[in-house]
Amino acid sequence: MKERFKKISSPIEAMGYTVSLFLWTILELPYVFFKRKEILEQMYIAGVGSFFVVSLVSVFTGMIMGLNTGLGLRDFGAEGQIGLLLTITLTREMSPFMTSLILAASVGSAMAAEIGTMKVSEEIDALEVMSISPIRYLVLPRILGFSLMVPILCVYSSTLGILGGALIGKFQLGIDLIAYFQDVINRITSIPGLKDLYVGILKGFVFGIVISTISCSQGMRTSGGAIGVGETTRFAVVISFLTVIFFGYVLTALFYN
Amino acid sequence: MFALEMQSVYKSFGNREILCGMNLQVRIGETMVILGPSGTGKSVSLKHLTGLLDPDKGQCLVKGEAISYTSSKKKAQLRSKLGVLFQSGALINWLTVFENVALPLREKKIASGKEIERIVMEKLEWLDLAHAKDTLPADISGGMKKRVGLARALTSQPEIVLYDEPTSGLDPVMSNVINELVMRLQKELHLTSVVVTHDLESAFKIADRISFLFRGKVLFCGTALEIQKSEDPIIQQFLRGSTVGPITQDQLKNPKTH
Repeated sequence: MKERFKKISSPIEAMGYTVSLFLWTILELPYVFFKRKEILEQMYIAGVGSFFVVSLVSVFTGMIMGLNTGLGLRDFGAEGQIGLLLTITLTREMSPFMTSLILAASVGSAMAAEIGTMKVSEEIDALEVMSISPIRYLVLPRILGFSLMVPILCVYSSTLGILGGALIGKFQLGIDLIAYFQDVINRITSIPGLKDLYVGILKGFVFGIVISTISCSQGMRTSGGAIGVGETTRFAVVISFLTVIFFGYVLTALFYN
Repeated sequence: MFALEMQSVYKSFGNREILCGMNLQVRIGETMVILGPSGTGKSVSLKHLTGLLDPDKGQCLVKGEAISYTSSKKKAQLRSKLGVLFQSGALINWLTVFENVALPLREKKIASGKEIERIVMEKLEWLDLAHAKDTLPADISGGMKKRVGLARALTSQPEIVLYDEPTSGLDPVMSNVINELVMRLQKELHLTSVVVTHDLESAFKIADRISFLFRGKVLFCGTALEIQKSEDPIIQQFLRGSTVGPITQDQLKNPKTH
């Protein structure tokens, strides 16, 4: 009975801790100015740490989507529309989603492992004994740095995806590139296109907060040495993935329903 | 008034009872060594004294004021009287030796840049670490890590220093260096020290009094000479390091706590 209760209570406890950690971090926001150097460092880590993978995945996703939709639309003689379709799909949904999952797996897992290792090697206890808030010192710069970097990477990823689509459009579908980019620019500068863009950026920001808060929270709750750190990292990635999917649906429903 | 006090402290983790009515009084200016077999609650006691853990029952006092179940502001105020040397040094890995020692001063904005540099260099020189100030913790030895941890603990000028296994994993020479540092701190800075250790030689050398912990409470408290003269079979087995006796029987009965 006790074991069964533990199985149910443990995830609820973890969720409660994650929400509390986020609220405590908000309370530390007045110290943002003093932590600007650390925030920039975290932005750099998130950006540089995932730059190569995000670039590669974005170009290929644009190419795959461009080819699939282009071949489908060719039957109706509408393959010239892939620029418009790619712009909508990438800015609104695919780029924030893709970028966030890449960042959760690469940077989020590293964040959870780093804080988890600090927890088991008593570094976080040492901070507390020195009356240094681990939230201000460790969590605030990570959550802010990460969640500010994700939207930037989302825009970058959309751009590369559109360029990937252009490559396929030109060399495999024989589409006129000027018409392709004209479609892209027309969409982005239209009101629905601007909405897609800001919803995509907002999604990136929210996913960034979700992933970094979950990763920090998992790290702070680590116990049990190396095995504990391993489990922390695994849980951080799995929970981040599931939560990103959930928030992705909520935000889409909120803005487009 | 005592420097540190534990009053009938009980603590369990799940089904495991770690502290069972622990009473401890540390006098101002003395070096108290906490000895005992593994799993008897030595490090857990230290975590209670620093307010990192709150007891299930009972309370812990720092200079007569409760650090258990108090506000974070009060805890911070009481912790300013404490310095802790953790078993592994607990240094922040991405900061250099200098930055680690300067960390509490910088984060709490206690002093200006020049003043911080002066205080940190003074501590590093005192502990013979000035040459390693730009080195990262990963590039220094275990003994140096402990000295850096001690330098960091001393920067905020504590009245009480708590050491968790300060000589574990060190060679005899480095162990003696740490022992002498503990004694020097008491002599020159008149600090109260609480040392958790397994190292008998070190304990007899530095202790004014020794508290022997067994099954989550203090079994014996007295001077080094008194504990050596004790006829208690548990203490005798521990001092002799014998594999047969009440400690081994207890470990076989409760394997999870050891």
